[in-house]
Amino acid sequence: MSFGDFLLNNLEQFWQLTGFANAQFGNFVMLAVGLFFIWLAIKKNFEPMLLVPIGFGILIGNIPFNTEAGLEIGIYEEGSVLNILYNGVAAGWYPPLIFLGIGAMTDFSALIANPKLMLIGAAAQFGIFGAYMVALAIGFSPDQAGAIAIIGGADGPTAIFLSSKLAPNLMGAIAVSAYSYMALVPVIQPPLMRLFTTKKERLIKMKPARAVSQNEKIIFPIVGMLLTCFVVPSGIPLLGMLFFGNLLRECGVTSRLAKTASNALTDIVTILLGMTVGASTQASQFLTPQTIFIFFLGFMAFVIASSSGVLFVKLFNLILPKEKKINPLIGNAGVSAVPMSARISNNLGLEYDPSNYLLMHAMGPNVAGVIGSAVAAGVLLGFLA
Amino acid sequence: MKKTVSIIAIALLTLAGASQASAQSRSALRINEVMVVNDSSLVDEYGQASAWIELFNANFAPLEISSVFLTNDPAEPRKYPVPLGDVNTDIPKRQHVVFFADGEPNRGTFHTSFTLTPGQDNWIGIYDADGLTLIDEVTVPASLLPNQSWARTEDGAGEWALRTGGENDYITPSSANVIKDTNRKIELFAERDENGFGMTIMAMAIVFSALLLLCLCFYAIGKTSAAISKMRKFRAHGVSKQEAPEDIAAHDSGEEIAAIVMALHEHLDTHDTENTILTINKVKRAYSPWSSKIYGLREVPNHTHAK
Repeated sequence: MSFGDFLLNNLEQFWQLTGFANAQFGNFVMLAVGLFFIWLAIKKNFEPMLLVPIGFGILIGNIPFNTEAGLEIGIYEEGSVLNILYNGVAAGWYPPLIFLGIGAMTDFSALIANPKLMLIGAAAQFGIFGAYMVALAIGFSPDQAGAIAIIGGADGPTAIFLSSKLAPNLMGAIAVSAYSYMALVPVIQPPLMRLFTTKKERLIKMKPARAVSQNEKIIFPIVGMLLTCFVVPSGIPLLGMLFFGNLLRECGVTSRLAKTASNALTDIVTILLGMTVGASTQASQFLTPQTIFIFFLGFMAFVIASSSGVLFVKLFNLILPKEKKINPLIGNAGVSAVPMSARISNNLGLEYDPSNYLLMHAMGPNVAGVIGSAVAAGVLLGFLA
Repeated sequence: MKKTVSIIAIALLTLAGASQASAQSRSALRINEVMVVNDSSLVDEYGQASAWIELFNANFAPLEISSVFLTNDPAEPRKYPVPLGDVNTDIPKRQHVVFFADGEPNRGTFHTSFTLTPGQDNWIGIYDADGLTLIDEVTVPASLLPNQSWARTEDGAGEWALRTGGENDYITPSSANVIKDTNRKIELFAERDENGFGMTIMAMAIVFSALLLLCLCFYAIGKTSAAISKMRKFRAHGVSKQEAPEDIAAHDSGEEIAAIVMALHEHLDTHDTENTILTINKVKRAYSPWSSKIYGLREVPNHTHAK
């Protein structure tokens, strides 16, 4: 073999390793999806903290390469760097860490001051089970239907946690769908809230919440964890970490830990979670007819969840005394897209009455939604795992 | 001194808890299947077919079984200690190991020092490392024929039944007694709850119950908290509940609290004297371009959105 042939052979082998030689149509579709997500995040400011890592992760995960070369670079190749980072998603330990951060960030005062708002958070979980029924009707198996339906909880970490247990092969599509619809909450919810409420109802002014003592704030995460986890032990990873994070925040003696959990730790895990979830959406796994159904079901779940929250408040108002009526515009906040859905309640309330600030009232069902969706995930896991 | 005693007490309690937790995990060790007369079933690494005892780790975590005791005599619980230092005694979650009851412990970890006797009932027990705590036991009936096994109907649980090695009651040394190719729970949901209505009712009832429980609990805690603060208020005013005028019990309004805070601020924060001393010290640092931030960092661009 001449030196020239040797060089040519090597270059030819190298060509076989490049993305150009291994590219398929699906890769380009997914690259376009990744770019679209990045565009949505940067230009439209839709959940940039999540959509930038996910979008870029999609780009990383869809660079075509020769899977038979044994380079150990793909996210599904055991021992690769991406695979090691993906373990937090596949084994489900990133979501509880995010929940720790959520707990450390969340002020449950609104809920403690007005505990009946918790029921709105419970009612909104009907979105999950409504979508479960539709998913079964479409032809998904019960475990797959459960994993898809949890999108209705509007909680990305919960969706990833449950799908990693019940339907790992659908996790990429479920996670992307959940985060996409969370970003689209400002588009999906207001028309439904207008549809199901009358002008008179939108003008209901709620009494300011009472002040909550420090002791109550400390008792809440302890009692909350014990009660909910005794009812649904399968929710321990999520609920335990959520309430633990909240205790760090409220106890007053662990401010450093609370700060780390709510800032640095959450940021690190969000980066890794978003990027690896994005990278897991390889064209061969993602571009299937099932993905279209999952997106459709995710949309259904959000619609049902938002509507059921609003309708439950209307129903609840029938038995509440006049001075304790709840503005149904906070019903949408029962889905746990914190604090986006509470902000929507506030904005819509101000639209109809510029002096009617609903934000603090809406935060009650909003954080109850976080607890409710974690409980619902625990229930599904208990029944179907 | 008090503090030290408390710390020691807590440490002891933790230790007791941990040992209890460890005992609990060992208690998940199960005798799962036994063959007394083995002519043509499983052979050991020496090519010998002898009686065998299958153990099963019913935990969902690995279980280290070295130093537990296997015995065929309740009067002698420490008959065969499972040796230390063999990596194979760490049973993965929901997995099995087989011990050959051939009376040849020198052949390796999985060869017991006792044998099983055909034609009579054979009692087999596993004792924990203390040699006192019985973890599991079984009496294999004398009626067992050669190459038949006595096995649990489900791994680690269920009743014991005879297995003849036929097509539907196969003998499974070192593998699951029931071969599951589907998840029964999911199959049942698919069969009995085709439209998901049952799941919806059950799950929503559980979600509502959990949050209702929390709601009632915090309603009660809120009431108690309000009552306690009212009591404190009465005490601060030096009156009893019966004597107190009605307005004492009411919450202070936001305006009242703001007025009190403002008054306190005016009263205390007069700025006549400062309790801190301001000093200026010269700090000398040798400059190096390697540590200069001018070369190492750029301002992070901050994207602003046009409204």
